[in-house]
Amino acid sequence: MEKRSADSRVKGVSTGTTILAATFDGGVVIGSDSRASIGGDFVSSKTINKVIQVHDKIYCCMAGSLADAQAVTKAAKFHLSFHSVQMGTPPLVIAAASVLQELCYKNKDELQAGFITAGWDRKKGPQVYVVSLGGMLIGQPVTIGGSGSTYIYGYVDAKYKPNMSREECLQFATNALALAMGRDNVSGGVAHLVVITEAGAEHVVVPGNKLPKFHNE
Amino acid sequence: MALSNVLQTPAAGFNFDNAARNAALEGLFDGRTPTPLKTGTTIAGVVFKDGVVLGADTRATSSEVVADKMCAKIHYIAPNMYCCGAGTAADTEKTTDLLSSNLTIFSLNSGRNPRVIMAVNILQDMLYRYHGQIGASLILGGVDCTGNHLYTVGPYGSVDKMPYLSMGSGHLAALGVLEDGYKPDLELDKAKELVCVAIHTGIMSDLGSGNNIDICVITRQGVDYIRPYQVSEYQDKRKTKYKYGPGTTPVLTEKVVPLKLEVVEEAVQPLDTA
Repeated sequence: MEKRSADSRVKGVSTGTTILAATFDGGVVIGSDSRASIGGDFVSSKTINKVIQVHDKIYCCMAGSLADAQAVTKAAKFHLSFHSVQMGTPPLVIAAASVLQELCYKNKDELQAGFITAGWDRKKGPQVYVVSLGGMLIGQPVTIGGSGSTYIYGYVDAKYKPNMSREECLQFATNALALAMGRDNVSGGVAHLVVITEAGAEHVVVPGNKLPKFHNE
Repeated sequence: MALSNVLQTPAAGFNFDNAARNAALEGLFDGRTPTPLKTGTTIAGVVFKDGVVLGADTRATSSEVVADKMCAKIHYIAPNMYCCGAGTAADTEKTTDLLSSNLTIFSLNSGRNPRVIMAVNILQDMLYRYHGQIGASLILGGVDCTGNHLYTVGPYGSVDKMPYLSMGSGHLAALGVLEDGYKPDLELDKAKELVCVAIHTGIMSDLGSGNNIDICVITRQGVDYIRPYQVSEYQDKRKTKYKYGPGTTPVLTEKVVPLKLEVVEEAVQPLDTA
Protein backbone atom coordinates (compact mmCIF):
# COMPACT_ATOMS: atom_id res chain seq x y z
CA MET A 1 0.00 0.00 0.00
CA GLU A 2 1.21 3.46 -0.89
CA LYS A 3 2.59 5.45 2.03
CA ARG A 4 3.27 9.14 2.39
CA SER A 5 6.93 9.91 2.95
CA ALA A 6 6.31 12.15 5.96
CA ASP A 7 3.12 12.72 7.92
CA SER A 8 4.37 16.23 8.64
CA ARG A 9 3.14 17.18 5.19
CA VAL A 10 -0.40 16.76 6.44
CA LYS A 11 -1.75 20.08 7.65
CA GLY A 12 -3.85 20.05 10.77
CA VAL A 13 -4.71 16.87 12.64
CA SER A 14 -3.19 13.75 11.10
CA THR A 15 -3.96 10.14 11.81
CA GLY A 16 -0.44 8.69 11.58
CA THR A 17 -1.93 5.32 12.02
CA THR A 18 -2.11 1.59 11.74
CA ILE A 19 -5.16 0.15 9.99
CA LEU A 20 -5.87 -3.34 8.82
CA ALA A 21 -8.56 -5.68 7.57
CA ALA A 22 -8.59 -9.45 7.10
CA THR A 23 -11.15 -11.95 5.85
CA PHE A 24 -11.89 -15.15 7.74
CA ASP A 25 -14.29 -18.00 7.23
CA GLY A 26 -17.69 -16.30 7.14
CA GLY A 27 -16.70 -12.71 7.81
CA VAL A 28 -14.13 -9.97 7.98
CA VAL A 29 -12.27 -8.19 10.78
CA ILE A 30 -11.40 -4.53 10.34
CA GLY A 31 -9.40 -2.58 12.90
CA SER A 32 -7.28 0.43 13.74
CA ASP A 33 -5.42 2.18 16.54
CA SER A 34 -6.89 5.36 18.09
CA ARG A 35 -4.17 8.01 18.03
CA ALA A 36 -4.38 11.39 16.29
CA SER A 37 -1.45 13.79 16.24
CA ILE A 38 -0.59 17.27 15.04
CA GLY A 39 2.65 17.44 13.05
CA GLY A 40 3.91 14.30 14.77
CA ASP A 41 4.72 16.53 17.76
CA PHE A 42 2.01 15.63 20.23
CA VAL A 43 -1.01 13.45 20.55
CA SER A 44 -4.12 15.55 19.98
CA SER A 45 -6.49 12.69 20.71
CA LYS A 46 -5.94 9.31 22.35
CA THR A 47 -9.36 7.98 21.47
CA ILE A 48 -10.12 9.06 17.93
CA ASN A 49 -12.45 6.72 16.05
CA LYS A 50 -10.93 5.70 12.73
CA VAL A 51 -13.31 2.85 11.97
CA ILE A 52 -16.37 4.48 10.45
CA GLN A 53 -19.58 2.74 9.51
CA VAL A 54 -20.62 3.72 5.99
CA HIS A 55 -23.47 1.25 5.82
CA ASP A 56 -25.04 -1.52 7.94
CA LYS A 57 -22.41 -4.11 7.11
CA ILE A 58 -19.72 -1.99 5.49
CA TYR A 59 -17.00 -0.24 7.52
CA CYS A 60 -14.08 1.96 6.52
CA CYS A 61 -10.76 2.66 8.17
CA MET A 62 -9.18 6.02 7.53
CA ALA A 63 -5.54 7.12 7.32
CA GLY A 64 -3.95 10.48 6.58
CA SER A 65 -5.41 13.91 7.27
CA LEU A 66 -8.27 13.58 9.72
CA ALA A 67 -10.23 16.45 8.21
CA ASP A 68 -9.96 15.04 4.68
CA ALA A 69 -10.79 11.50 5.78
CA GLN A 70 -13.82 12.59 7.79
CA ALA A 71 -15.10 14.70 4.89
CA VAL A 72 -14.67 11.84 2.41
CA THR A 73 -16.37 9.25 4.63
CA LYS A 74 -19.24 11.66 5.24
CA ALA A 75 -19.74 12.08 1.50
CA ALA A 76 -19.38 8.32 0.98
CA LYS A 77 -22.01 7.61 3.66
CA PHE A 78 -24.43 9.90 1.90
CA HIS A 79 -23.76 8.44 -1.55
CA LEU A 80 -24.13 4.86 -0.32
CA SER A 81 -27.31 5.63 1.55
CA PHE A 82 -28.79 7.23 -1.56
CA HIS A 83 -27.56 4.39 -3.76
CA SER A 84 -29.11 1.75 -1.52
CA VAL A 85 -32.44 3.59 -1.48
CA GLN A 86 -32.40 3.83 -5.26
CA MET A 87 -31.48 0.14 -5.70
CA GLY A 88 -33.81 -1.02 -2.94
CA THR A 89 -31.11 -3.32 -1.60
CA PRO A 90 -28.05 -2.98 0.64
CA PRO A 91 -25.00 -1.80 -1.36
CA LEU A 92 -22.17 -4.14 -2.32
CA VAL A 93 -18.82 -3.68 -0.58
CA ILE A 94 -17.24 -2.96 -3.98
CA ALA A 95 -19.74 -0.11 -4.38
CA ALA A 96 -18.59 1.47 -1.13
CA ALA A 97 -14.96 1.11 -2.16
CA SER A 98 -15.74 2.61 -5.58
CA VAL A 99 -17.42 5.63 -4.03
CA LEU A 100 -14.31 6.26 -1.95
CA GLN A 101 -12.09 5.65 -4.95
CA GLU A 102 -13.93 8.19 -7.08
CA LEU A 103 -13.66 10.84 -4.38
CA CYS A 104 -9.96 10.14 -3.78
CA TYR A 105 -9.05 9.99 -7.48
CA LYS A 106 -11.00 13.02 -8.66
CA ASN A 107 -9.61 15.18 -5.86
CA LYS A 108 -6.18 13.62 -5.61
CA ASP A 109 -4.33 16.95 -5.77
CA GLU A 110 -6.05 18.35 -2.71
CA LEU A 111 -6.79 15.30 -0.56
CA GLN A 112 -4.43 13.38 1.69
CA ALA A 113 -6.44 10.40 2.80
CA GLY A 114 -6.32 6.65 2.24
CA PHE A 115 -8.87 4.00 3.22
CA ILE A 116 -9.46 0.34 3.80
CA THR A 117 -13.03 -0.79 3.18
CA ALA A 118 -14.34 -4.08 4.53
CA GLY A 119 -17.76 -5.61 4.77
CA TRP A 120 -20.16 -8.37 3.94
CA ASP A 121 -22.66 -8.52 1.10
CA ARG A 122 -24.91 -11.21 -0.31
CA LYS A 123 -23.19 -11.45 -3.67
CA LYS A 124 -19.59 -12.14 -2.68
CA GLY A 125 -19.66 -12.53 1.09
CA PRO A 126 -16.81 -11.03 3.14
CA GLN A 127 -14.46 -8.72 1.21
CA VAL A 128 -11.64 -6.27 1.84
CA TYR A 129 -10.64 -3.42 -0.48
CA VAL A 130 -7.92 -0.85 -0.19
CA VAL A 131 -8.29 2.64 -1.68
CA SER A 132 -4.94 4.35 -1.60
CA LEU A 133 -4.00 8.05 -1.58
CA GLY A 134 -4.14 8.53 -5.35
CA GLY A 135 -7.31 6.54 -5.87
CA MET A 136 -6.07 3.02 -6.61
CA LEU A 137 -8.62 0.32 -5.75
CA ILE A 138 -7.51 -3.25 -5.07
CA GLY A 139 -9.33 -6.18 -3.49
CA GLN A 140 -7.26 -8.38 -1.22
CA PRO A 141 -7.95 -11.05 1.42
CA VAL A 142 -5.84 -9.15 3.96
CA THR A 143 -4.45 -5.66 3.86
CA ILE A 144 -2.65 -3.22 6.16
CA GLY A 145 -2.17 0.51 5.91
CA GLY A 146 -0.95 3.68 7.60
CA SER A 147 2.47 4.63 8.91
CA GLY A 148 2.51 1.76 11.40
CA SER A 149 1.90 -0.87 8.77
CA THR A 150 5.58 -0.93 7.72
CA TYR A 151 6.44 -2.66 10.99
CA ILE A 152 4.02 -5.52 10.53
CA TYR A 153 4.35 -6.59 6.90
CA GLY A 154 6.51 -9.49 8.01
CA TYR A 155 4.09 -10.55 10.72
CA VAL A 156 1.07 -10.38 8.41
CA ASP A 157 2.80 -12.25 5.59
CA ALA A 158 3.92 -14.99 7.97
CA LYS A 159 0.84 -15.35 10.15
CA TYR A 160 -2.17 -14.75 7.93
CA LYS A 161 -3.95 -17.88 6.73
CA PRO A 162 -7.08 -17.85 4.58
CA ASN A 163 -10.28 -19.30 6.15
CA MET A 164 -9.24 -18.87 9.77
CA SER A 165 -11.90 -19.05 12.44
CA ARG A 166 -13.39 -15.87 13.92
CA GLU A 167 -11.35 -16.14 17.14
CA GLU A 168 -8.10 -16.85 15.29
CA CYS A 169 -8.63 -13.88 13.00
CA LEU A 170 -9.49 -11.56 15.88
CA GLN A 171 -6.34 -12.65 17.71
CA PHE A 172 -4.28 -12.16 14.54
CA ALA A 173 -5.63 -8.64 14.07
CA THR A 174 -5.12 -7.72 17.73
CA ASN A 175 -1.55 -9.00 17.66
CA ALA A 176 -0.79 -7.13 14.45
CA LEU A 177 -2.14 -3.85 15.83
CA ALA A 178 -0.29 -4.33 19.11
CA LEU A 179 2.99 -4.95 17.32
CA ALA A 180 2.59 -1.90 15.12
CA MET A 181 1.55 0.36 18.02
CA GLY A 182 4.57 -0.85 19.92
CA ARG A 183 6.98 0.34 17.27
CA ASP A 184 5.32 3.28 15.54
CA ASN A 185 5.29 6.51 17.55
CA VAL A 186 2.26 7.96 15.80
CA SER A 187 0.11 4.86 16.39
CA GLY A 188 -1.24 4.02 19.81
CA GLY A 189 -4.11 4.24 22.24
CA VAL A 190 -6.72 1.50 22.09
CA ALA A 191 -7.35 -1.08 19.39
CA HIS A 192 -10.73 -0.63 17.72
CA LEU A 193 -11.90 -3.78 15.95
CA VAL A 194 -15.14 -4.55 14.14
CA VAL A 195 -16.15 -8.09 13.16
CA ILE A 196 -18.61 -8.13 10.25
CA THR A 197 -20.50 -11.27 9.28
CA GLU A 198 -23.83 -12.07 7.68
CA ALA A 199 -25.45 -11.62 11.09
CA GLY A 200 -24.20 -8.06 11.50
CA ALA A 201 -21.33 -6.04 12.92
CA GLU A 202 -19.80 -6.44 16.36
CA HIS A 203 -17.42 -3.95 17.99
CA VAL A 204 -14.47 -5.12 20.04
CA VAL A 205 -12.36 -2.52 21.84
CA VAL A 206 -9.08 -3.61 23.40
CA PRO A 207 -7.73 -0.98 25.82
CA GLY A 208 -3.98 -0.27 25.71
CA ASN A 209 -3.18 -2.16 28.88
CA LYS A 210 -5.03 -5.28 27.70
CA LEU A 211 -3.14 -5.52 24.40
CA PRO A 212 -0.91 -8.58 24.01
CA LYS A 213 2.64 -8.01 25.20
CA PHE A 214 5.65 -9.32 23.32
CA HIS A 215 9.29 -9.96 24.08
CA ASN A 216 11.10 -6.95 25.59
CA GLU A 217 7.97 -5.08 26.72
CA MET B 1 -30.57 20.94 3.83
CA ALA B 2 -32.84 23.67 2.54
CA LEU B 3 -33.98 24.21 6.11
CA SER B 4 -30.61 24.84 7.60
CA ASN B 5 -28.59 27.00 5.24
CA VAL B 6 -30.46 29.98 4.00
CA LEU B 7 -27.57 32.42 3.71
CA GLN B 8 -25.63 30.24 1.33
CA THR B 9 -26.63 27.05 -0.48
CA PRO B 10 -23.62 24.77 -0.27
CA ALA B 11 -22.28 23.54 -3.60
CA ALA B 12 -22.63 19.79 -4.12
CA GLY B 13 -19.54 17.64 -3.51
CA PHE B 14 -16.15 19.07 -2.74
CA ASN B 15 -15.30 22.58 -3.83
CA PHE B 16 -11.60 23.33 -3.91
CA ASP B 17 -11.84 26.71 -5.68
CA ASN B 18 -10.39 28.50 -2.70
CA ALA B 19 -7.40 26.18 -2.62
CA ALA B 20 -6.57 27.10 -6.21
CA ARG B 21 -6.98 30.80 -5.47
CA ASN B 22 -4.77 30.53 -2.37
CA ALA B 23 -2.07 28.70 -4.28
CA ALA B 24 -2.14 31.46 -6.90
CA LEU B 25 -1.96 34.16 -4.22
CA GLU B 26 1.00 32.50 -2.55
CA GLY B 27 3.00 33.00 -5.71
CA LEU B 28 2.48 36.78 -5.54
CA PHE B 29 4.00 37.14 -2.09
CA ASP B 30 7.46 35.90 -2.96
CA GLY B 31 7.53 33.31 -0.18
CA ARG B 32 6.62 35.80 2.56
CA THR B 33 2.89 35.15 2.80
CA PRO B 34 1.15 37.15 5.53
CA THR B 35 0.41 34.95 8.54
CA PRO B 36 -3.07 35.10 10.08
CA LEU B 37 -3.18 36.86 13.44
CA LYS B 38 -3.48 34.32 16.24
CA THR B 39 -5.14 35.52 19.37
CA GLY B 40 -3.50 33.29 21.97
CA THR B 41 -6.19 31.68 24.05
CA THR B 42 -6.97 28.96 26.50
CA ILE B 43 -10.43 27.45 26.17
CA ALA B 44 -11.71 24.27 27.77
CA GLY B 45 -14.86 22.25 28.28
CA VAL B 46 -15.95 19.39 30.52
CA VAL B 47 -19.03 17.17 30.46
CA PHE B 48 -20.39 16.66 33.97
CA LYS B 49 -23.33 14.82 35.51
CA ASP B 50 -26.06 17.29 34.58
CA GLY B 51 -24.60 19.06 31.55
CA VAL B 52 -21.57 20.80 30.16
CA VAL B 53 -19.20 23.44 31.59
CA LEU B 54 -17.26 25.67 29.18
CA GLY B 55 -14.44 27.99 30.18
CA ALA B 56 -12.22 30.58 28.53
CA ASP B 57 -9.69 33.28 29.35
CA THR B 58 -10.47 36.86 28.29
CA ARG B 59 -7.30 38.10 26.60
CA ALA B 60 -7.22 39.03 22.93
CA THR B 61 -3.75 39.83 21.61
CA SER B 62 -2.48 41.51 18.50
CA SER B 63 1.10 40.18 18.26
CA GLU B 64 2.68 41.27 21.56
CA VAL B 65 0.03 43.79 22.59
CA VAL B 66 -3.09 42.90 24.55
CA ALA B 67 -5.83 44.31 22.37
CA ASP B 68 -8.76 43.41 24.61
CA LYS B 69 -8.55 42.54 28.31
CA MET B 70 -12.17 41.50 28.61
CA CYS B 71 -12.85 39.72 25.36
CA ALA B 72 -15.81 37.30 25.29
CA LYS B 73 -14.70 33.99 23.83
CA ILE B 74 -17.74 31.93 24.73
CA HIS B 75 -20.23 32.59 21.94
CA TYR B 76 -23.96 32.00 21.95
CA ILE B 77 -25.13 29.45 19.39
CA ALA B 78 -28.58 28.40 20.60
CA PRO B 79 -30.46 28.50 23.94
CA ASN B 80 -28.95 25.09 24.69
CA MET B 81 -25.54 25.47 23.00
CA TYR B 82 -22.48 27.65 23.43
CA CYS B 83 -19.19 27.61 21.57
CA CYS B 84 -15.70 28.62 22.74
CA GLY B 85 -13.47 29.94 19.99
CA ALA B 86 -9.67 30.02 19.69
CA GLY B 87 -7.56 31.18 16.77
CA THR B 88 -8.26 34.26 14.68
CA ALA B 89 -10.79 36.36 16.62
CA ALA B 90 -12.65 37.59 13.54
CA ASP B 91 -12.98 34.06 12.19
CA THR B 92 -14.34 32.57 15.41
CA GLU B 93 -16.76 35.47 15.84
CA LYS B 94 -18.14 35.28 12.32
CA THR B 95 -18.26 31.50 12.13
CA THR B 96 -20.20 31.15 15.38
CA ASP B 97 -22.48 34.00 14.40
CA LEU B 98 -23.24 32.38 11.04
CA LEU B 99 -23.87 29.05 12.75
CA SER B 100 -26.21 30.65 15.27
CA SER B 101 -28.21 32.42 12.55
CA ASN B 102 -28.53 29.27 10.46
CA LEU B 103 -29.65 27.21 13.47
CA THR B 104 -32.26 29.81 14.40
CA ILE B 105 -33.64 29.72 10.88
CA PHE B 106 -33.67 25.93 10.98
CA SER B 107 -35.55 25.98 14.30
CA LEU B 108 -38.16 28.33 12.95
CA ASN B 109 -38.57 26.41 9.72
CA SER B 110 -38.74 22.93 11.19
CA GLY B 111 -40.25 23.67 14.60
CA ARG B 112 -37.52 21.61 16.26
CA ASN B 113 -34.76 22.48 18.69
CA PRO B 114 -31.36 22.08 17.04
CA ARG B 115 -29.14 19.23 18.19
CA VAL B 116 -25.48 19.63 19.02
CA ILE B 117 -24.49 17.12 16.33
CA MET B 118 -26.20 19.30 13.73
CA ALA B 119 -24.19 22.33 14.78
CA VAL B 120 -21.02 20.24 14.62
CA ASN B 121 -21.84 18.99 11.13
CA ILE B 122 -22.50 22.51 9.84
CA LEU B 123 -19.23 23.76 11.33
CA GLN B 124 -17.29 20.82 9.95
CA ASP B 125 -18.69 21.26 6.45
CA MET B 126 -17.97 24.96 6.43
CA LEU B 127 -14.44 24.81 7.86
CA TYR B 128 -13.52 21.91 5.60
CA ARG B 129 -14.71 23.81 2.54
CA TYR B 130 -12.26 26.59 3.41
CA HIS B 131 -9.37 24.23 3.92
CA GLY B 132 -7.88 25.80 7.03
CA GLN B 133 -8.06 29.37 5.69
CA ILE B 134 -10.65 30.12 8.39
CA GLY B 135 -8.48 30.01 11.51
CA ALA B 136 -11.11 28.86 13.96
CA SER B 137 -10.52 26.13 16.57
CA LEU B 138 -13.80 25.65 18.32
CA ILE B 139 -15.11 23.80 21.34
CA LEU B 140 -18.86 23.34 21.04
CA GLY B 141 -20.84 22.22 24.06
CA GLY B 142 -24.54 21.76 24.57
CA VAL B 143 -27.41 19.80 26.03
CA ASP B 144 -30.14 18.39 23.82
CA CYS B 145 -32.70 15.59 23.85
CA THR B 146 -29.96 13.02 23.21
CA GLY B 147 -27.78 14.06 26.16
CA ASN B 148 -24.84 16.27 27.11
CA HIS B 149 -22.27 16.69 24.35
CA LEU B 150 -18.87 18.30 23.89
CA TYR B 151 -17.17 18.45 20.50
CA THR B 152 -14.09 20.09 19.07
CA VAL B 153 -13.84 21.27 15.47
CA GLY B 154 -10.38 22.09 14.11
CA PRO B 155 -9.56 24.74 11.50
CA TYR B 156 -9.16 22.10 8.77
CA GLY B 157 -12.52 20.57 9.55
CA SER B 158 -11.61 17.63 11.79
CA VAL B 159 -14.06 16.72 14.53
CA ASP B 160 -13.54 14.91 17.82
CA LYS B 161 -16.01 14.10 20.58
CA MET B 162 -14.60 13.90 24.09
CA PRO B 163 -15.80 14.34 27.69
CA TYR B 164 -13.08 16.98 28.26
CA LEU B 165 -11.30 19.22 25.78
CA SER B 166 -9.00 22.18 25.53
CA MET B 167 -7.91 24.31 22.58
CA GLY B 168 -5.86 27.42 21.89
CA SER B 169 -2.22 28.28 22.52
CA GLY B 170 -2.57 27.34 26.19
CA HIS B 171 -4.26 24.04 25.49
CA LEU B 172 -1.44 21.73 26.51
CA ALA B 173 -1.19 23.32 29.95
CA ALA B 174 -4.96 23.08 30.41
CA LEU B 175 -5.04 19.52 29.08
CA GLY B 176 -2.61 18.38 31.76
CA VAL B 177 -4.98 19.61 34.45
CA LEU B 178 -8.01 18.08 32.75
CA GLU B 179 -6.30 14.72 32.28
CA ASP B 180 -5.45 14.63 35.95
CA GLY B 181 -8.72 15.91 37.38
CA TYR B 182 -11.42 14.58 35.07
CA LYS B 183 -13.73 11.82 36.28
CA PRO B 184 -17.03 10.74 34.72
CA ASP B 185 -20.21 12.20 36.30
CA LEU B 186 -18.60 15.08 38.18
CA GLU B 187 -20.76 17.32 40.36
CA LEU B 188 -21.33 20.91 39.20
CA ASP B 189 -18.96 22.55 41.72
CA LYS B 190 -16.16 20.12 41.00
CA ALA B 191 -16.64 20.56 37.24
CA LYS B 192 -16.54 24.37 37.48
CA GLU B 193 -13.46 24.19 39.68
CA LEU B 194 -11.74 21.80 37.25
CA VAL B 195 -12.38 24.04 34.24
CA CYS B 196 -11.35 27.13 36.19
CA VAL B 197 -8.07 25.56 37.27
CA ALA B 198 -7.44 24.35 33.72
CA ILE B 199 -7.92 27.82 32.27
CA HIS B 200 -5.87 29.35 35.08
CA THR B 201 -3.00 26.97 34.30
CA GLY B 202 -3.24 28.00 30.66
CA ILE B 203 -3.13 31.66 31.70
CA MET B 204 -0.07 31.12 33.90
CA SER B 205 1.86 29.00 31.42
CA ASP B 206 1.01 30.70 28.14
CA LEU B 207 1.90 34.27 27.23
CA GLY B 208 -1.02 34.60 24.86
CA SER B 209 -3.64 33.83 27.52
CA GLY B 210 -4.46 36.00 30.49
CA ASN B 211 -6.74 38.33 32.40
CA ASN B 212 -10.02 36.94 33.68
CA ILE B 213 -11.79 33.61 33.38
CA ASP B 214 -15.32 33.23 32.00
CA ILE B 215 -17.39 30.13 32.73
CA CYS B 216 -20.59 28.98 31.07
CA VAL B 217 -22.69 26.17 32.58
CA ILE B 218 -25.27 24.53 30.31
CA THR B 219 -27.86 22.14 31.74
CA ARG B 220 -31.36 20.99 30.81
CA GLN B 221 -32.72 23.68 33.12
CA GLY B 222 -30.88 26.50 31.34
CA VAL B 223 -27.64 28.38 30.97
CA ASP B 224 -25.55 30.14 33.62
CA TYR B 225 -23.04 32.44 31.91
CA ILE B 226 -20.70 33.73 34.60
CA ARG B 227 -18.60 36.55 33.23
CA PRO B 228 -16.14 36.91 34.89
CA TYR B 229 -16.08 33.78 37.06
CA GLN B 230 -12.64 34.56 38.37
CA VAL B 231 -10.97 37.92 38.18
CA SER B 232 -7.24 38.14 37.60
CA GLU B 233 -5.18 38.97 40.70
CA TYR B 234 -3.22 41.36 38.50
CA GLN B 235 -6.21 43.64 37.95
CA ASP B 236 -5.13 47.05 36.85
CA LYS B 237 -6.22 49.88 39.20
CA ARG B 238 -6.01 52.71 36.69
CA LYS B 239 -9.10 54.86 36.45
CA THR B 240 -10.44 54.87 32.91
CA LYS B 241 -12.81 57.75 33.62
CA TYR B 242 -11.44 61.10 34.62
CA LYS B 243 -14.66 62.91 35.42
CA TYR B 244 -14.58 64.86 38.66
CA GLY B 245 -17.61 66.19 40.49
CA PRO B 246 -18.11 69.92 41.01
CA GLY B 247 -16.20 71.18 44.05
CA THR B 248 -13.13 68.95 43.53
CA THR B 249 -11.04 71.95 42.57
CA PRO B 250 -11.36 74.86 45.12
CA VAL B 251 -12.35 78.25 43.65
CA LEU B 252 -9.96 81.03 44.78
CA THR B 253 -11.38 84.10 43.02
CA GLU B 254 -14.38 84.83 40.83
CA LYS B 255 -14.72 87.68 38.32
CA VAL B 256 -17.90 88.14 36.22
CA VAL B 257 -17.60 90.31 33.08
CA PRO B 258 -20.96 90.78 31.26
CA LEU B 259 -20.58 90.87 27.49
CA LYS B 260 -22.27 93.87 25.79
CA LEU B 261 -24.23 92.59 22.82
CA GLU B 262 -26.68 94.52 20.61
CA VAL B 263 -29.36 93.06 18.32
CA VAL B 264 -28.33 93.71 14.72
CA GLU B 265 -31.07 91.92 12.84
CA GLU B 266 -34.20 89.95 13.72
CA ALA B 267 -35.99 87.59 11.39
CA VAL B 268 -39.03 85.43 12.23
CA GLN B 269 -39.83 82.31 10.20
CA PRO B 270 -43.14 80.60 11.07
CA LEU B 271 -42.98 76.76 11.12
CA ASP B 272 -45.83 74.92 9.41
CA THR B 273 -46.87 72.35 11.99
CA ALA B 274 -50.05 71.20 10.28
